[in-house]
Amino acid sequence: MATKPNANRPISPHLTIWKWGPHMLVSILHRLTGDGMATVGTVLFVWWLAALAGGPVSYEAFMAWFVDGSGAIKPLGYLFGIGLTLAFFQHMASGIRHFVLDTGAGYELKTNKLWAQSTMLVSIALTAAYWAILLKGH
Amino acid sequence: MGSGTDLGRVRGLGSSKEGAHHWWHQRLTAAGNLILMLWFFASLALLPAHDYPTMAGWLASPLAAVPMILLVASVFYHFRMGLQVLIEDYLDGAGRITAILLLSFFTIGSAAIAIFSILKIAFTGALV
Repeated sequence: MATKPNANRPISPHLTIWKWGPHMLVSILHRLTGDGMATVGTVLFVWWLAALAGGPVSYEAFMAWFVDGSGAIKPLGYLFGIGLTLAFFQHMASGIRHFVLDTGAGYELKTNKLWAQSTMLVSIALTAAYWAILLKGH
Repeated sequence: MGSGTDLGRVRGLGSSKEGAHHWWHQRLTAAGNLILMLWFFASLALLPAHDYPTMAGWLASPLAAVPMILLVASVFYHFRMGLQVLIEDYLDGAGRITAILLLSFFTIGSAAIAIFSILKIAFTGALV
């Protein structure tokens, strides 16, 4: 319902009062990476596809933002390239974690903490490996 | 919203039969995204170069164009639901409805451009 909530209603304690743990960080990262890809990633993806469909001239104009004439990647290329790769692998890892949690498994404190930390280690490792492969090909 | 009878208290809150719909479709598309995005990342890494002839030649193949269209459908549907939840968490009233309307326009508009671009390359091939 599109009604204004009553300002006097008690609200649940928010981020500030809890002791920080990896499960909280992973939850925030899941939303941040998902919404980041949904906005920044979508604009770049659609721009890339439209430039490719436009032909060689428009594709070169798109690529010139991220790669210089010699084929070397520019700072903007690294920023968006590595940023979106890391966002994807983090969202993928925490998404797989959600699938596991959906089955009702992984809620024990130690297991939950281990899975939460693993998503971040996995996303960093996969991003490093992916970019090592990409840069080796150049 | 009433506060008397059971019926009065739930009236206007939506159907009781559609509660799991959003949740389930988020999971369905998540599974689709997992397969399609890994294929996309692998495809980009396996291409020998990322210049126009290589990229357009790759996307002109049905083996790339069809999964790319499926990727747009699955990923865009998924991110529209994710952004909807973000909006529902932080906006109320008219702002919420306006934001969700703009979100739908953004999603459908960008998906149309993406799918049109893929089909154009698939049907007309790489321009020389």
